[in-house]
Amino acid sequence: MSEITPEVIAAHQLTPDEYDRIVAILGRTPNLTELGIFSVMWSEHCSYKSSRLHLKKLPTRSPRVVQGPGENAGILDIGQDAEGNDWCIAFKIESHNHPSFIEPFQGAATGVGGILRDIFTMGARPIAVMDALRFGPLDHPTSGARNRRILDGVVSGIAHYGNCFGVPTVGGETVFEPSYNGNPLVNVFALGVFRKDQIFYGKASGEGNPVIYVGAKTGRDGIHGASMASAEFTEESKQKRPNVQMGDPFMEKLLLEACLEAMATGAIAGIQDMGAAGLTCSTCEMGSRAGTGIEFDLAHVPQREKGMTPYEIMLSESQERMLLVAFKGRENEVLDVFKKWGLDANIIGQVTTDGILRVKNHGEVVAEIPNRPLADEAPLYDRPHTQPLRIAPLEAPAFASADLTADLFTLAASGDLCDKRWIWEQYDYMVRTNTLAGPGGDAAIVRIKETGTSVAMALDGNGRYTLLDPREGVKLMVAECCRNLSCVGAEPVGATNNLNFGNPERPEIMAQLVEAIEGMAEACAFFETPITGGNVSLYNETLGDPIFPSPVLGIVGLLPTGEPAGIGFREEGHAVYLLGGLGDADDRRMGGTQYAKQVLKDLWGLPPRLDMAFEKQVQTAVREIARSGIAQSIHDVSDGGLAWALAECAFPNGIGVVAELDSDLRPELLLFHEGPSRVVVSTADPAALEALAARHGVPALRLGLTVANRLSLANHGATLIDTPVDALKERWSTALASQLEAELHV
Amino acid sequence: MRFGVVVFPGSNCDHDAWYAVTANLGHQADFLWHGDRNLKGADCVILPGGFSYGDYLRCGAIAKFSPVMESVKRHAAEGGLVLGICNGFQVLTECGLLPGSLVRNRNLKFICKPVDLIPATRNSPFTHAIPAGATLTIPIAHGEGCYTATPETLDLLEAEDRVAFRYADNPNGSLRDIAGILSDNRNVLGLMPHPERATDPLMGSVDGRLIFESLIANLTPAK
Repeated sequence: MSEITPEVIAAHQLTPDEYDRIVAILGRTPNLTELGIFSVMWSEHCSYKSSRLHLKKLPTRSPRVVQGPGENAGILDIGQDAEGNDWCIAFKIESHNHPSFIEPFQGAATGVGGILRDIFTMGARPIAVMDALRFGPLDHPTSGARNRRILDGVVSGIAHYGNCFGVPTVGGETVFEPSYNGNPLVNVFALGVFRKDQIFYGKASGEGNPVIYVGAKTGRDGIHGASMASAEFTEESKQKRPNVQMGDPFMEKLLLEACLEAMATGAIAGIQDMGAAGLTCSTCEMGSRAGTGIEFDLAHVPQREKGMTPYEIMLSESQERMLLVAFKGRENEVLDVFKKWGLDANIIGQVTTDGILRVKNHGEVVAEIPNRPLADEAPLYDRPHTQPLRIAPLEAPAFASADLTADLFTLAASGDLCDKRWIWEQYDYMVRTNTLAGPGGDAAIVRIKETGTSVAMALDGNGRYTLLDPREGVKLMVAECCRNLSCVGAEPVGATNNLNFGNPERPEIMAQLVEAIEGMAEACAFFETPITGGNVSLYNETLGDPIFPSPVLGIVGLLPTGEPAGIGFREEGHAVYLLGGLGDADDRRMGGTQYAKQVLKDLWGLPPRLDMAFEKQVQTAVREIARSGIAQSIHDVSDGGLAWALAECAFPNGIGVVAELDSDLRPELLLFHEGPSRVVVSTADPAALEALAARHGVPALRLGLTVANRLSLANHGATLIDTPVDALKERWSTALASQLEAELHV
Repeated sequence: MRFGVVVFPGSNCDHDAWYAVTANLGHQADFLWHGDRNLKGADCVILPGGFSYGDYLRCGAIAKFSPVMESVKRHAAEGGLVLGICNGFQVLTECGLLPGSLVRNRNLKFICKPVDLIPATRNSPFTHAIPAGATLTIPIAHGEGCYTATPETLDLLEAEDRVAFRYADNPNGSLRDIAGILSDNRNVLGLMPHPERATDPLMGSVDGRLIFESLIANLTPAK
């Protein structure tokens, strides 16, 4: 068992070169425990060995950035309260894709748990969660039943964990595409708030300081989860169920309260959660960051099962555990807090100055590895990249609509655009009574009681756009995410990214990743939203079929606390404007739209054209409109185009619009193209709106007036779409439940 | 008026309740730790929403054994006011202060949304200030909010005018649309919806204030 053969090395997903490097670092052959430790730390999931080189291109600084990438979460300064205290937010997004495919409920639940720990390990109290979900189509002929089961499990898992923990799940997005049939995506974003003087870091500083293990006991669950997340799926993956961890949100809630209370004693020097790669990752990263070593004995680690080997204890990914370093002599203050909350807390070792991770088992040394090479000097690959994989033609097919109103109904019933209430009503989106705007709007808004400011947040991704052009697709994504924030009056200030791609060892997939990162770098710099952290999830392939390149971005913005306008038209007789104008499109740039996907069942061409400077101008104007109070409703035009945006404005209150357009675009393009930089605004004060738009040099096209229960669009006097709102809304609001509930009766 | 908000391990609406009665309604409130027996002079004890003790075994089943509940039971027996919200209602049924029990929602899913409540009696310290004929919009957020009891118990509750609120459009399958009930001496209310979430105009509804204002008016002697 303990002999290190080429087979054992391969089973740990280490290459022969990587193994040679390990031998060089140690100056000897590793034992099995050491090999296991290296294998998880040098896995793609933990080391970012394929992406690190390119991630360096992302902008990470601004005057607000207190902590950029490299810690458990990014931190931004959001200003002062009335007493002059500085306040900060911590936020990050993380994926739990592979576990959610193998065991949807626990996979998603522990995804929520993991990201919440990343937030409160820094000292912040989590105040919001959002999730970006991607599934195969629910009505897929061969995978539909499985896709429905996965969706049901994932949503229940998120609800179970977030609701019990007591953090509101305030928004997100759910998209369906056959490329996710065998590889769903579950990306969870969390955000927390704290005072700037309450920040904690994952550093093991101070020689002789005690190292304390707190929280759940260590079991055999999740061993090699990090390396599983770094391999493609095969039929055998289904046998990996024991690799998926079990979550206990009650334990996590206790851990949150106990950690924040323990931090307040002032007796904690550093703290880090045990996430992927568990005890291994937390010990070596904390030591590496501080330039210290950690020596500890596994005999003191609370264990759930008897007879666990050092290898198993070090690699376990049992949930709801934290590692912290207390100041020597003050450890009892910390231990008392955990005792009060009924949690295990054991001193397992101490900080040393030799820079070595020294693991003992009942006094006998079982692993001895220099921290820094283990944590920070993982292999770095400049993987070859060619042209991005392209699986769609460039040229458009001939298409013409027989019935544009019927096309709108098709969009309403589609998985991507239909009402997601069935999902988000399972989430407690109000707990903590801060949710000013919850699911179903352009961006979620959570107030911060202490400062009088609010934080807006949005998640965006569009795999079709990024498939057609990774670089331009990502820029559109950044623009849309910022536009969502601007629509609620928030100034975008920072971002976190989740890069979900296929196998980076394929040059055409690596090219997607590189182009996407470079596009993100350009757009995030332009929109002044530095990336403060995130996650890379590669090898999202099943049986050789990669997912669409699916970067997901979470952007946060700031605004004064107040009642938001909302997306829905409110009353009859308000003027409806399209800020930014009708935009341009051609057949080729229709290929990535929802119209092409849902109505034409096709994919081709290029994503819409983006002018970032104009986009910024429109967003600046929209933010001012949102804050001025002259708008009755604000909603951006994105998926589904102008006609769909107007339908969404009509749903909340059953108030639609009679719109007269004046365009030379043919109807399919005019109504459904997804050109960016456009926002629908309704107002009772048209003169003020026009004046404000003019001041910003942004076209404000008057479309018509709001009316009860009617959605009508005409161009040059010819009616294109005419429908009662209630009929369209009925189709939209029942689509998801009817697809899912078919399953419940089987 | 002085409120006491019990903190069980796993309570997660404790701060919301505290914020509602202090910041939004301008009264005093203390947190009451589950391991203590001291109610700190509270006129009204609130058992908040959440997942006390992780809802292991059954919702509220372990909370009933906590030291603070001994004091709460004594407080109730002496005529003191007790308001159990959501998980707090579940605790009240588990410890016998209220009859019946709360089981999984009819659709087996957690449901979070604002619902319309019809006050079924104004004869209680919790409801007397609600205008006649009013419907209250207050959010629910629960997975196990389906109220069940024997037909005899339900008949008794109705005969004694102890149904405090009914759902206008039953979201969870509760028998006889029951959303909240009173104890026999009318000083204990268990309520699945969250009135504390409807005390601030920014949260979309202030109808929950009527319940707290009823309590406050009840405690403030007429001059």
